[in-house]
Formats: sequence, C-alpha cells, structure tokens
Amino acid sequence: MAEFFRIAWLVMRKDIRVESRSREMLYTTTFFAVSSVLVFSFAFVRAGTPVEGAEAGIIWVALAYAGQLALGRAFERELHHDALRGLLLAPAERSAIFVGKLFGIILLMVVVEAVVVFFVVLFFDAPLFAYPFVFLGLLAAGTLGFAAVGALFAAMLTRTESRAVLLPVLLYPITVPVLIAGVNGTLSLIQADPNLDLARFWLALVVFFDAVFLTLALWTFEPLMTE
Amino acid sequence: MATPHIAAGTGPGAFDFDRLTLDRVSRHYGRRRALWQVSLEAAAGEVIGLLGPNGAGKSTLLGLLATLIAPSSGTVRYGGRTARELGGTLRRRIGYLSHDLQLYAELTARENLTFFASLYGEREPAARVDAALRSARLVDRADEPVQRFSRGMRQRLALERALLHAPRLMLLDEPFTGLDDRSAADLAARLRGLGADGGIVLLATHDLDVIEDVLDRAVVLQRGRATPLEREERTFRDRYREARDG
Repeated sequence: MAEFFRIAWLVMRKDIRVESRSREMLYTTTFFAVSSVLVFSFAFVRAGTPVEGAEAGIIWVALAYAGQLALGRAFERELHHDALRGLLLAPAERSAIFVGKLFGIILLMVVVEAVVVFFVVLFFDAPLFAYPFVFLGLLAAGTLGFAAVGALFAAMLTRTESRAVLLPVLLYPITVPVLIAGVNGTLSLIQADPNLDLARFWLALVVFFDAVFLTLALWTFEPLMTE
Repeated sequence: MATPHIAAGTGPGAFDFDRLTLDRVSRHYGRRRALWQVSLEAAAGEVIGLLGPNGAGKSTLLGLLATLIAPSSGTVRYGGRTARELGGTLRRRIGYLSHDLQLYAELTARENLTFFASLYGEREPAARVDAALRSARLVDRADEPVQRFSRGMRQRLALERALLHAPRLMLLDEPFTGLDDRSAADLAARLRGLGADGGIVLLATHDLDVIEDVLDRAVVLQRGRATPLEREERTFRDRYREARDG
C-alpha cells in the first residue's frame, strides 16, 4: 500500500511541478470560473438582492465547467510526446498512476473552488459557512466524484481524436447525480430556513456515488489503458 | 557514451528472463490488420532490427512487446511467462524508447530523469541520474527545461530515460532520428554494448547504413507479416530492399 501511495505522490508532484511552470490550467480554469460567477452576478442580483438559492447553482456550474477544462487538459498534456505511455510502462500499479493524476486534478479544482466560493460570498452575500463542515464536505465529496469519473473518461479518451467533444458528452450524464446532490445540498444549507438533515442526506448520496465510481475507476483503469 | 550494465532482477518478487518468444501473434485494429501471425525468438545478447516501410507494423510490434498493446491472438512469452502473468514486475525489465520521446517539456532534464528513476524505484536515483546525464552529454544543460533542447538532445535524453533502470529487453523506435553523426555513432556503440551485456535489443529503424554493424539479424515487416533476415555477406540494406521489392 505504501508503494501505491508513493507512486501516486510522485505522479501528483510531477503534475504540480509541470503546472507550476506553465500555469496554463490554473489560469484557464480560474478565469473561466471567476468570469462565470461575475456574469451570473449580473443576472441574478437585482437591486442589490440576489435571487434566493441562485448561489448553489452558480457554485456547482462554475466548478463543473472549470473541472471539465482541467480534466481534458490534464490528460492532453500526457499525450504530448507520448508521455502517457512512458507512465504506463512504469513497474507500478496503473491504478496508482490514476490516483496520482486524480489528486493533481482535485488539487487544482480545490484552488478554483476557493476562488469561486470567495467571489460567491462577496457578490451574493451567501451564508455558505453557516454550516462549514457540511458545506465543505459537500464540496470535497462532489469534487472527488466529479474528478474520479472525469479522470477515468479523460484517460480513456486519450486514444480518440474527438476527445474534446466526447468528454462532456460522457461526463455530464454520469456526474449529473453529483451535481444535483451538490446543488440541493448547498441549497438546503443557505435557504432562509436551513435544513441540515436534508443537506446531510445529499452529502451521503454524493459519498455513496464517490465510493461506487472510485471503485469502478480503480478497477477498470488498467484494462482500459491497455490498447 | 558509457555502457550501463544490465541489472539482474533482485529482491522479493524480482523477475528476469533471457529469452523472448512470439508465437503467431496477430493484432487487428477493427478490420485493419497491423500484425499477422508473427513468430519470433530472441535470446539475451541479440540485437535485432525491425525493418519495413511506414505502417508495416513495426511500432505496433514494439508496443506489443512493451505490454502497452495486447495481441488480438497468439502469445508473447518473456522467459516462458506472459505479460498477464507477470504484470508490473515484467515492466521493470523493459525499456522502451518511443518515436515520440516520452519526456515532459516543462521539466528540466534532471527532473525528467529523477521522476522516472523514482517511478522505477531506483534506490539511488540521484547517482543514476548523474550518470545518465553524463552519458547523454547533457551535464551542463541538466537544469534547463527540455523544451529548450534540440531534437537530438531530447533523443539522447530519452534514450537515457529508457535505460535508467538497466532493462533486459530494450525496445527502440527510430532511435537515430535527429542525431548528428557523433551521437549516431555513440548510439550504435551503445546498442552493441547492450547486446554484449546480455540485453535483448529490438530496434525499428530506417537508418540502414548506421545499423549495419550493430545488428545480429533483422526482421522485415510488410503489411503486418514478418520475414527473417539472417546475417550474411550481403548487407542488410541490400537484402531488405530485395525483400521489400518482392
């Protein structure tokens, strides 16, 4: 198990180092996410009062689209100079390589989430941190589920020419339960009369989704990566 | 360039082999036939050329031997066992230099080598990396991003990356691409050294003049079918042209 996490750490550290040099994914996803929040703030804030519950949808839409950009690019980068094959040739469990890539994507999404949440609180005066643990739990579980499914599809599509088109086509139908649960869970926390039990139910649903899809992803990554 | 020794497999679960056997291996991509009933034996110490026109199946064969591609039918055995039986322990004994160089352009030469040395579980990655940089004649450029390197420098670095873990089976796809005369001569000497050290070397190439003295024998691939060429008085180049032109 230690070897599994050593490989995952190496792959994630490599991705962070590559990203720190180019900052390509960080800038693209952050600018996209902030622009989305800004545009929504013009649509959903009237006379200084935001439409009730709009914040929940805005956060999750911004995260989903920013995440999709990160997912596509994270594996596109591995195709440059056939680097993905170099990784797959390593005498390591291929699922550890998947986990390393996944953690790298999650780390990037966490940075974007921090920025998005900051701007949503700023523009919408949303009480996102009234129940911080449940809210952060929803974000963390939602990010993991979305990224796990996305990373698997992004890896699987590296061999197809039309991967940029196919990734959202495959990703959104599968991850829509996560997004719906994320929106509903967040909504039940920020509404005028917060419903903590309902928020916990949605959180449990996302955690269940995470467990199923993370298991499937770890199980199928190796055969999917062998041509 | 220095010739690395080929590390014998050691430690728990270590695996080594001295023979590679392909038995009627075919690979199809949909209806397209990339390899058809290819049989081949290679023993430790042999340097074998894979010759053939573009699209003949050379890269597919190398990818298949590297365990990156599964055969549609037939078996590949590494010392009597298959890739499915061996998993990651087999990959520790394989070095693969792709036509694309499998390097991260944003990372420096040293960072690229250190990453792959760590991935292969090298016990002293720093020493290994320093030796590889010396072999690639890139010590003075070691801390520059690879994207600033010429094709030849990248090619030398990629070769060292593939040899970092001293593999038994070395697979090289067009290894002479972009190399100047000196680097090509160095590489030819290196390949001979790998064979002399007990490695099994398979290289796909179009540089028939450079490899004439390197190869022990060759295999001509045409439309996925393999025809062996043993070493004899006439050059591989002449005999390849005869085989190619029918």
